[in-house]
Amino acid sequence: MGYNALRILKEGLSRNVGWRPIWRSLEPKSEYDMIIIGGGGHGLSTAYYLAKNHGITNVAVLEKGHIGSGNIGRNTTIVRANYFLPGNSEFYSHALKLWEGLEQELNYNVMMSQRGVIMLCHSDGQRDAFARRGNAMINQGDDAELWSTEQVRAEIPYLDFDNTRFPIYGGLMHGRGGSARHDAVAWGYARGADRLGVDLIENCEVSGIDVVGGVVKSVQTTRGTIRAKKVGIVTAGRSSQVAAMAGLEVPIESHVLQAFVSEGLKPAIDHVISYGMGHFYISQSDKGGLVFGGDLDFYASYAQRGNLPMMEHVMEAGMTLMPAIGKAKVLRSWGGIMDMTPDGSFIIDRTPIDGLYMDCGWCYGGFKAVPASGWCMAHLMAEDRPHEVAQRHTFDRFETGENLMDEEGTGSQHNLH
Amino acid sequence: MRITCPLCGERDRREFYYLGAKDYLDRPDEGDVEAMHRYLHIRENPTQVTQDLWQHEAGCAAWLVVERNVSTHEILSVNLANGTKT
Repeated sequence: MGYNALRILKEGLSRNVGWRPIWRSLEPKSEYDMIIIGGGGHGLSTAYYLAKNHGITNVAVLEKGHIGSGNIGRNTTIVRANYFLPGNSEFYSHALKLWEGLEQELNYNVMMSQRGVIMLCHSDGQRDAFARRGNAMINQGDDAELWSTEQVRAEIPYLDFDNTRFPIYGGLMHGRGGSARHDAVAWGYARGADRLGVDLIENCEVSGIDVVGGVVKSVQTTRGTIRAKKVGIVTAGRSSQVAAMAGLEVPIESHVLQAFVSEGLKPAIDHVISYGMGHFYISQSDKGGLVFGGDLDFYASYAQRGNLPMMEHVMEAGMTLMPAIGKAKVLRSWGGIMDMTPDGSFIIDRTPIDGLYMDCGWCYGGFKAVPASGWCMAHLMAEDRPHEVAQRHTFDRFETGENLMDEEGTGSQHNLH
Repeated sequence: MRITCPLCGERDRREFYYLGAKDYLDRPDEGDVEAMHRYLHIRENPTQVTQDLWQHEAGCAAWLVVERNVSTHEILSVNLANGTKT
């Protein structure tokens, strides 16, 4: 289906009845070369790159609800490559490069907006740490600029610079970072995968994984048994449950992360701003809503809603940083279920079962990773060896202590990230 | 979410610190690397009822085993972690 200005005008004048679904609605076949469990951003991009990069098109994506009904629709849409540690650094750098070409790749408007991500600092020590991080980003080949207080003030004048407890000492600007339209990312990958011959099977919940002699054979679903040579589990907050179907236990605890959006306002916030005082970040959507969030609720949860104390904390942080937003009304809030690993970094790896692979542990940073996650998962499933930018992201790093990627430097333990 | 401390009564969730699954009560012997890995990292991560360790940090500082439905936030039971109610 083509999209162009003339078409929009024509459809608009004819009650928009001419639009058609952009991927097929299918019955599952009885056998595929590969099955991806989970039709969210990561699962769809995995399927897309299996077909595109590796020519493997006899693939099904099994989604228990509808396409894009998980965390790809429950995030704050931020895209950035401002990581510090080897492993994460090259991976997110790869992801950002894919983001930059994503609309051309998919021929679909994902509203990629490289408006700049600035992390504010509030002490000499934090500024030093940001200088070091910025150098790491530049060494990786990405962009970073250490901004003085005056530079921040010139660009973002409405912050409370002289706050007694958390004065703003400048910030680290990552100009190529920004945001994208979350649902469009899912739809674009779904459309792209569908066009390459991948079967997207919605309303198909996986209830079992059949393993014979240590080799994966098939999956049981609400739409029957489907055989496959290889199966990839890409189910974010539900990773533990799907892994358990194959008898696996994983180093994941699921937590709820809340986010909020205000009523629509005139353009006010030009960048993505993160407040270094604790954890608060904010941007403005193209519709005008202020999109903001903070920390996890800090207890295991599968409820897609959080509790009031963290909501209050986020509002307080926002008011402290930019008192003017106190006049905006919160329109709605939501919670996403985060698959938290002990070190706060993800896993793309084989499992002890032949033909079974997992892409999980995205913690609260899955959205920006969507293109590279699929790229690397597809590589792993097709070639049976990790992609070079995700080779450190293994299950065994927790057991061996090798390649732990504790980006926050707080320790590799479940409740610390 | 409100938690009823066996010593202090019903209190706001903000008075409590969350550590994690009550697996932390079963610390394996030193030197058993496999068991220590499981103890520190591997979690059952259930979707319904879980038993977790919380501390009444801003109250009596007692460690508690809180049985809770993680899909509804309902608190089902709260007991002292040392098993003795004094």
